[in-house]
Amino acid sequence: MKAIPILNERKQHIYETGDAPFDFQCNRQSLAGSISQRACVFCGSRVVLYPIADALHLVHGPIGCAAYTWDIRGALSSGEQLHRMSFSTDLREKEVIFGGEQKLYHALTELIDTYAPKAAFVYSTCIVGIIGDDVTAVCRRVSREKGIPILPVHSEGFKGTKKDGYKAACDALSQLLGSGETQGISPTSINILGEFNIGGEAWLIRDYYKRMGVEVVSVLTGDARINDIRRAHGASLNVVQCSGAMTFLAEIMKARFGIPYIRASYFGIEDTASALYDVAAHFSDDGIQKRTEGLIRDRIKAVVPQLKRFRADLEGKRAAVYVGGAFKVFSLIKALRQLGMQVVVAGSQTGTAEDYALLRDLCDPGTVILDDANPLELSRFAIEKRADLFIGGVKERPIAYKLGIGFCDHNHERKTPLAGFEGMLHFAREIHTTVTSPVWQFVPFRGEAAELNPTESDPIGKR
Amino acid sequence: MNALQMKNGYSLQQISVAPTVSATQNACKLCAPLGAALVFKGIRGAVPLLHGSQGCSTYIRRYLISHFKEPVDIACSNFGEHTAVFGGGVNLKVAIENICRQYEPSLIGVATTCLSETIGDDVAMLIKQYCKTHQEGNVPPIVHASTPSYQGTHMEGFHSAVKATIAHLAARGTSDPSRINIFPGMLSPADIRYVKEAVSAFGLKAMVLPDYSRTLDGGLWESYQRIPEGGTSVESIVRAGDAAISIEFGHTLAQADETSATYLSRCFGVQAVRLGFPMGIRHTDAWLQVLADISGRPIPGDYREQRGRLLDTLVDGHKHVNTMRAALYGEEDLVVGLSAFLAEIGIHPVICASGGCSHYLEKAVRDVVPESWHGEIRVLDNADFAAIEAAVVEAKPDLIIGHSKGYAMSRRLGTPLIRVGFPIHDRIGGPRILHVGYEGAMALFDRIANALIERRQDTSEVGYTYM
Repeated sequence: MKAIPILNERKQHIYETGDAPFDFQCNRQSLAGSISQRACVFCGSRVVLYPIADALHLVHGPIGCAAYTWDIRGALSSGEQLHRMSFSTDLREKEVIFGGEQKLYHALTELIDTYAPKAAFVYSTCIVGIIGDDVTAVCRRVSREKGIPILPVHSEGFKGTKKDGYKAACDALSQLLGSGETQGISPTSINILGEFNIGGEAWLIRDYYKRMGVEVVSVLTGDARINDIRRAHGASLNVVQCSGAMTFLAEIMKARFGIPYIRASYFGIEDTASALYDVAAHFSDDGIQKRTEGLIRDRIKAVVPQLKRFRADLEGKRAAVYVGGAFKVFSLIKALRQLGMQVVVAGSQTGTAEDYALLRDLCDPGTVILDDANPLELSRFAIEKRADLFIGGVKERPIAYKLGIGFCDHNHERKTPLAGFEGMLHFAREIHTTVTSPVWQFVPFRGEAAELNPTESDPIGKR
Repeated sequence: MNALQMKNGYSLQQISVAPTVSATQNACKLCAPLGAALVFKGIRGAVPLLHGSQGCSTYIRRYLISHFKEPVDIACSNFGEHTAVFGGGVNLKVAIENICRQYEPSLIGVATTCLSETIGDDVAMLIKQYCKTHQEGNVPPIVHASTPSYQGTHMEGFHSAVKATIAHLAARGTSDPSRINIFPGMLSPADIRYVKEAVSAFGLKAMVLPDYSRTLDGGLWESYQRIPEGGTSVESIVRAGDAAISIEFGHTLAQADETSATYLSRCFGVQAVRLGFPMGIRHTDAWLQVLADISGRPIPGDYREQRGRLLDTLVDGHKHVNTMRAALYGEEDLVVGLSAFLAEIGIHPVICASGGCSHYLEKAVRDVVPESWHGEIRVLDNADFAAIEAAVVEAKPDLIIGHSKGYAMSRRLGTPLIRVGFPIHDRIGGPRILHVGYEGAMALFDRIANALIERRQDTSEVGYTYM
């Protein structure tokens, strides 16, 4: 097989763990023409705010951005379903020439009259700033007229990366903070940040905290309601998952309300247990500590024997992991180890230098670490490292399948809860289902991949 | 609260959708660059390049992948703030270079986005400059389609990319009467395969643009493919001017505007024939007759047999479908094609809706259904799903026919949805749906009739085992 080329500018975003010096680049604008798997600023804002189910989410711009994000995620709501609608000002040539403020005003007004949301988010897309619309002024006016918060989200696609979109979303959210009643909130209370209730994960996690005796004031933004967010400043601690997305908000809350935050991940038994222990430790309350220990013991007892059955078939298999945030990669490596699997390719779209340094320490020698990779790089290293499984999102799925590799969707479009102890079981079952399928025996490409000797191919991967 | 409780307590049913004037809700259309990217995916060895923000290519890739379930690599010039202020020239150049280095493409199809159009990048000039300064290197043809998403829908982007490709590549050579051009419009890979087979059955050579029948519905790989195999070759597009005839499918292609076929007619004297999608009996008859006329051969026996089986099927099932009423939505040409077929089997297309706005939909639909039905048919163009749902609620059809995005409406109203067209995001096999030809009509008829039979069976207390 002809080696798949790697662009020169990309070589420093790729590292194979070993003795080579770790001179790694990340956190940069994607290279034009590279075919990054990343999205844009708008996407970052949209994913963070999407699950807020009683808010109106109006995308201001031509139709594409709204059309491609219509009911796109598995973020569940226990009540209102307004977030599953797609609303756009659908700007046309006329507005691009004469401005879109009037259309925005009318669209907002009629949608609020129709759906009576508790608040509205107005997302600016690429051309909004360029045609000179004063979105903030329109939001202020409609907010005054309709008596609900209307929050502009400055998410023009080109103004940075997805991370800047997270920040724009957190800025919009922060305007809601501090406006609700906090009376009666327990001193042992938390907010769960960066948890989006994919497949009902927030419900699972909320239940753990309830059993521990910790009050969850609000989840941002899984199954969130505007009124919960208004009260969020009444919590004693912020527990931040998905480091990239919501750390901004945790920082804002720390500065404004003095609420400390800790990081957590609920993927895998190990990380779920440490998240719960960390929260318990924060409150130094014997009752909470005891209940937490009991809860974790019970869940582990229920789940681990079942995991062992999956492990028997998965032991020794190799995985490639490429997801949005690096924090999730850490958890996945540990979770896969629990199933006897080794991660041979590990990458993320938006990791930071600290993230990748941690990742390097966590990975086995010979693991390829990738930042902001493209389909060719992902294919190349999945082949070279003879992965049996790929964990990623929709855009990575066809790469895996064409290479004859099993696939597990760990992105926001999935329908299965993979967080918490029960989620680990789903995760193991899903991986087992894909890796052990008999279809792979008919796939012609797998034979070739197995015969490929990585050391003899173009040495870029072995820098 | 768990997922099960949610299913019982809350769902899509809860949303009470109502139409609005200024806002578009749940669009029944996509943006122009998606259509253009799809066309470029149908050219052998081509890489589409969107000139705009990273999100444009990523969202479009994701959307296409969810339907086609194939790798869809679409490059992007990746605008940053700096680019938006100073213009995208440098980014476009870097993007082209990097695509060439990574993919060694045989063509790059550049489609603009709302951003690059709004800041006024002169993409044609930028490409010209690039080619001038890179004469020594191996620069593939770089086609430029202007596709701002504030103009039209994905269909305008689609047609614009086909036309830009033809205008860029077609050249005068030696004319070849056995050669024909086909501009199929936005059909499924299965449809394109059918079109190609039909052409070869008449001993003709066709340049089909676009042809993503393999690139977006390919088999498993024997070896790694940077760009999936298949697609129309650049060489054959270059020879489009040598063909005897161009056939373009499209009931709603504007008569006044120049299309790829009329362009080739004007510049190279290639005769242009416009047909509707070959859906249903009459339109398939007309299409095969055109092939027979061009080739001077009779319609092959296989097709006569297929037609016979189709008619037999329609007779066998006619009582299940006649006088039923359906709501249709999707691209305008698809809606017209479906209407034509439904009219042949007695199903009244009472709602004909599209997010497109060619202004030809109403007339085209009325042309293909009996005049006595005209009073009950409501045609909605420039429509979103809120408007469509309101119309469907009022009309109470027996069936809904359209792509996956009508599922929420179908579920809320309890009206069965027959999935056709693009996108199919909630079932597998979308690219394999055959809409055209006698066999496409037969497959569609089976699904429609069976949905109606199933409804009758399921709603009967008896539980009939023979239907």
